[in-house]
Amino acid sequence: MIYNASPFAVAIFVAFVLGVLWLSSYFAKKTTTSAGYYAAGGDIHWGVNGIAFAGDYLSAASFLGICGMIAFSGYDGFLYSIGYLAGWVVALFIVAEPMKRLGKYTFTDALNNKYNSRGIHLTAAISTLIVSICYLVPQMVGAGSLVTPLLGMPHYVGVILVGAIVIFIVATAGMASTTYVQFFKGGLLIIFSSVLTIAIFVHGIKTQPSEDYHKFQTINATVMNGEVTAIDSDAYRIAGAHQDAKGHYVKLNKEGVNTWWRLVEEDGNAYLDETLTVVNSKDGQVLYNGEPKEAQKFFQVGHVSKLIVDGEEVTETGSVSPFKFLTTVEESTVVRFGKVVFMDQGEKVQLWYQNPTSGQDIMRPGLRFKVDKGSTFMSKLDFVSLMIALFFGTSALPHILIRYYTVPSPKAARKSTILAIAAIGFFYVLTLFMGLGAMVNGVLDVQSSNMAGPLLAKFFGIALFSIISAIAFATVLGTVSGLIVAASGAVAHDLIANYLGIPLTDKGQVKAGKIAAVVVGVFAIALGILFKGINVSFLVGLAFAVAASANLPAILMMLFWKKTTAKGISASIIVGIISAMTIILLSPKTFEVYGLLPSSAPIAMNNPGIISIPLAFITLIVVSLMTQKDGVGTEEKRLT
Amino acid sequence: MGHGPSTDWGEDKAIAYKTTLGLWLFLIYVLVYVGFIWINVASPKTMATIVFAGQNLAVVYGFGLIVLAFVMGIIYDIFCTNKEDELNKEDSDK
Repeated sequence: MIYNASPFAVAIFVAFVLGVLWLSSYFAKKTTTSAGYYAAGGDIHWGVNGIAFAGDYLSAASFLGICGMIAFSGYDGFLYSIGYLAGWVVALFIVAEPMKRLGKYTFTDALNNKYNSRGIHLTAAISTLIVSICYLVPQMVGAGSLVTPLLGMPHYVGVILVGAIVIFIVATAGMASTTYVQFFKGGLLIIFSSVLTIAIFVHGIKTQPSEDYHKFQTINATVMNGEVTAIDSDAYRIAGAHQDAKGHYVKLNKEGVNTWWRLVEEDGNAYLDETLTVVNSKDGQVLYNGEPKEAQKFFQVGHVSKLIVDGEEVTETGSVSPFKFLTTVEESTVVRFGKVVFMDQGEKVQLWYQNPTSGQDIMRPGLRFKVDKGSTFMSKLDFVSLMIALFFGTSALPHILIRYYTVPSPKAARKSTILAIAAIGFFYVLTLFMGLGAMVNGVLDVQSSNMAGPLLAKFFGIALFSIISAIAFATVLGTVSGLIVAASGAVAHDLIANYLGIPLTDKGQVKAGKIAAVVVGVFAIALGILFKGINVSFLVGLAFAVAASANLPAILMMLFWKKTTAKGISASIIVGIISAMTIILLSPKTFEVYGLLPSSAPIAMNNPGIISIPLAFITLIVVSLMTQKDGVGTEEKRLT
Repeated sequence: MGHGPSTDWGEDKAIAYKTTLGLWLFLIYVLVYVGFIWINVASPKTMATIVFAGQNLAVVYGFGLIVLAFVMGIIYDIFCTNKEDELNKEDSDK
């Protein structure tokens, strides 16, 4: 998409970032001990911690990813909202209080409370590092995609900017500043998402979303022997065609500019439907709808083609209530955009065609996850696997777990979790409205689903856009800070001090944590640039799967099965990580990333949870039973 | 190095009660969540049925899962707080 930066947006953004840096410096002065660095002194009020949980959790995947997925695939995107929220039930009822009771700074402490085993220190620290990095990559990618429309800068600038600011925050003040940044950001995100949602209801739905919305053209065509032989237009001439299993596309030329059209045949009539294209020409140029970027011919899309209110077709609804908004979408027909990629005379053509979809299909699962039309056993299993990973992943995420150490007591841990559920649940309800709002208001950038939320805000004015984008950027900042604190804790506290047994003073531990934060931060910047263009929500879903497989069986069994041994825990963490990562690396989606055919992937599922989580449980049970004679970690106690 | 908590608090006698209550509430939620997944997989068309205020089952069940998590959280907190006050107060009275 083509974006122009607005000075107002830049000013708001800069003010936001400066505010965050000021907050960080303020708390830096207060942080001198390791308890202060890793756990904010353990005296954060549960109300602040609850909203900070929301700030930690509502990452780039939630605001950018889910809204985008709903805008492009309807209800299927909302499944992520449901799964992400349901996961908090595990956190509240099972994990919150014991984690607080047993641990000190990191989840490894809690896990190792009974056993004091070097094996657990090593495996749990590695697991924390791997999950944090899996989660960091999409955040950095999200940051990169945000700065492009906001500041008009290239992707990598965004990644470096986030990395640099976060390293500053974490390396200066640790968990206290991270908590307050998360508190303000989480609160602001919820407030301004509510404003955006109210704007959607007030605006209602129109078949022509705005004055300048592109008017899609159709041209009648004559088809003979499967070829378009003539068109009903003097301005255009046929310049080529491409046919594949997905459709029949015709290249038309008008005054030297080539555009692509899709052949639609219905009720004995044939016509050509306008499409959007990005063509990489042979001379290295990139053409948007046939013209260079500067011509600004690439437009935003997404509209209702048939608007039905109470059984009658209308052109606009006027203001609507939340329920009326949903029923109107359900009764209407919305134009979504399908993508095909093909080669035409040595040029790569990426084409987005209009795909009118009934509201009934949009408002239930099936457009992205094949559970109904065109489903197979494996596609259904993949869906179940995703829902399991989302459910069990939340309470196994290191940056969520460390937040239990910032509050003073188990009771406060419980209360802050309930507040988090209220705040996060409310936000996730809003995602359905924001996603569908983006879908029908002509704001979609077909090249990046991640931009649906911010671009919807832009539709309602540059002020809302600037604020929402700045908050979204701060969202990334906050989540990345939390992850880096968790990762640096794993390195400095679990690996250096506990596993390697290198004695560190309290100040030494803080220093080691800060050095680790800088190293992990630089690593995250590199990965964020490398993984540009990979779907943010998809990547986060995988991080959940790895976390659920590696950490959750260990946490649950340690709490509820007396025969659990230290070796059982270490083995299950290792098996969980390896099995989840292997399935991900051999899955069809990842094969697409490698540039290989998805159908050639040896494993026909994208979400590993349904295999790797049970496998980790079984490993823990078998290994624990085999190592009963060791006693519950007694043999290993001497090792630390 | 030590593995105690980062801050100290009094002994909590309600732990067993809270753990059992948490497990039961967790199991109830799991059943409702599994029901949602099961309908989607076994009978996806059922999700399009209009069930309440013009909304289909997918929307009502989805919102329902979010609201249920919060409502159960509140119930859990009320019961836990009462029990903590009761058991830990007895302790301090002695």
